[in-house]
Amino acid sequence: MTGVQPQLAELDTDALEVGTTATSADGGRARVPWRYLGRRAAFYLFTLWAAITINFFLRRMMKGDAVSQYLSRNRNVSPEAADALRTLLGLDSDKSLLEQYLDYWVLLAQGDLGISLLHGLRPVTEVVSGALPWTIGLVGVATIFSFAIGTVGGAVVGWRRGSRADALIPITTFLSTIPYFWLGLLAIAVFSVNLGWFPIGKAYGVGMRPGWNAEFIGQVLHHGALPIATIVVASLGGWMLGMRNMMLTVLDEDYITVAQAKGMPNQRVLWGYAARNAVLPQIQSFALSIGFIVGGSIVMEMVFSYPGIGKLLLDATNAKDYALMQGVFLVITISVLVANILADIVYAFLDPRTRQAGV
Amino acid sequence: MSTKTKTQATGARTGADRGTDGSRPATNVPAAAVGRESGGRVFLSKLGSAFAMFRNRKSVAGLAILAFFVLIAIFADVLAPFSPTQVDNTARFQPPSAEHWLGTTHIGEDVLSQVIHGTRGVVVVGFLAALIATTIAITVGVISGYVSGWKSEGLSALTNVFLVIPGLPLIIIVAAMFEDPPLWVIAAVLGLIGWAWGARVLRAQTMSLRNRDFIQAARANGEPLRRIITIEMLPNLMALIAASFVGTVTAAILGLTTLSYIGVIPVTTYNWGTILNWASAQGAFQQNQWWWYLPPGLCIAIIGVALSLINFGIDEYVNPRLRSAGERARAMKKKGLDVNEPVTAVRPEMDGLAAHPTPAPADKGTE
Repeated sequence: MTGVQPQLAELDTDALEVGTTATSADGGRARVPWRYLGRRAAFYLFTLWAAITINFFLRRMMKGDAVSQYLSRNRNVSPEAADALRTLLGLDSDKSLLEQYLDYWVLLAQGDLGISLLHGLRPVTEVVSGALPWTIGLVGVATIFSFAIGTVGGAVVGWRRGSRADALIPITTFLSTIPYFWLGLLAIAVFSVNLGWFPIGKAYGVGMRPGWNAEFIGQVLHHGALPIATIVVASLGGWMLGMRNMMLTVLDEDYITVAQAKGMPNQRVLWGYAARNAVLPQIQSFALSIGFIVGGSIVMEMVFSYPGIGKLLLDATNAKDYALMQGVFLVITISVLVANILADIVYAFLDPRTRQAGV
Repeated sequence: MSTKTKTQATGARTGADRGTDGSRPATNVPAAAVGRESGGRVFLSKLGSAFAMFRNRKSVAGLAILAFFVLIAIFADVLAPFSPTQVDNTARFQPPSAEHWLGTTHIGEDVLSQVIHGTRGVVVVGFLAALIATTIAITVGVISGYVSGWKSEGLSALTNVFLVIPGLPLIIIVAAMFEDPPLWVIAAVLGLIGWAWGARVLRAQTMSLRNRDFIQAARANGEPLRRIITIEMLPNLMALIAASFVGTVTAAILGLTTLSYIGVIPVTTYNWGTILNWASAQGAFQQNQWWWYLPPGLCIAIIGVALSLINFGIDEYVNPRLRSAGERARAMKKKGLDVNEPVTAVRPEMDGLAAHPTPAPADKGTE
């Protein structure tokens, strides 16, 4: 119980202090759940290590040589320059695998992900950090919308069981079985090509200069509307079905009956008691589905030619720019882990059992 | 049949592991065969009850649609009016006609024949990937649920790593390593990436089964581990195994078509994703050539609906409340009552609990 404390970030404890004071008002002797947090922290460190190691071996398994590809496109590179490139990319095989692995870690610790051949030898970190905000902004907003609408909708559908609202479940499930890229292409065909309501792809108009002015922000919102709407439509079904199924189980519990027997208003029973408990598994599946969401964003960015990290990965794959591919994969994995940690903190907030496990 | 429904109800009632195993609300499968009578008839009835999750309207409808696509895949050569790659320069971009029911592509290929032949790749990859994934999921899930200590924790951590690592980017990178990946490689990669969810669910259920009386009794009788797992446990896990199989088929089909659309998989082997790749590349979406891009997408959607119908059926079998809640509410409505009306919900024996108003006293787990 004490051995895990050093692994915790200060931020986590701050968030949890707030949560624990909230329950201590109820009279429970709540504590910060060191054990729970420690196990989660150990798990994330292990996953990070696994992802980085997979990443390392991926490069070694790759057949083609990025430098030869680059040279075949650019004839005016001297042999010496080509050798230097190979060293930079970790393609020289004089060292043993273990040495390469250690070097790889040292480079990572320095924040050096190599250079991208595709983007004029700029550092991978620079290329990735240029694309990351677009993906996080768009996918983040869409996911929060979808989660909120789906969970609230699922709670209402579960509460009104047996009514006409039940029909929403098969409809949203149908929408989520449609392959996302097809939905996106259809949306472009209908709303952009035929109706002309939204622009076709890209994050902002041609010739616009990024900046914090009203025109640019308006452009970004206009361009982002269709991708966000399609992501929400495609992913709503899962959240709604999960929440509705959990509501049906919770509504059968005795404490719901008791709450109603006490004469509590229905609204309070629905949101304060039933939905409050049914949402816990939702948070857990939210954490687990972040990987899928990020995967889906790659397709979205291809369909809408959105300048995010997924497009970067596809371009890098087509050009066999391995350093960039690996950098993107690493950044995606780390983002997924960070999102998982956030979901864990929210979960610890909402579920008193994780906080009181040690008592 | 009657005993089955009874155990079903109790199975869903216990709910001991609901709070701890994670997000799937229903992981309680009826302990169908608790008694240990001998004879082949018992085995047959066990086998019958092992597939009982398919005996409802939703599952049957889903299985029928799925069978339809499987038949199309098998008899593609007979059914398709043309060869999928037969070029006809006199008939480009033709809308549907008597000769070409679903029109033609940019080089005069028959879209209907492409869709029919494309079924094959989708069905083969979907089932092969799900077979691989389910095999791994059963092995890892049941073992990590049955053993305890660091072995269990280690396998569980492995499962979670595979759950967390984003699959699609990894597949794209791995597929990029092959010059011309054959279908079975794609299926293997999709299977290797997609087993973790099933393993997690199976682990939770195995952990709750491990301490049930009939398993304890089998262990006390000195039955070997192999027999306990295959004869005593697996029949009780069948519904979950089926659900995770169906879920993986869905994921694999979506994965295959997405990868084909992206162009990571060579466009020479036809499946529905490849057709959409060509349609998109040739601007069918901009030029409103709906006969080219609608059918393959609809086929993916229909097969997806069929698979989720099967899963709905399994879910309702595993957790009868999902079905009975709606039926009960409708029955009450017929009598002029509202299911959310507090007065009708009062049960006399519940007095003692009223003094417990904390928000989350339910699904307490086993602590």
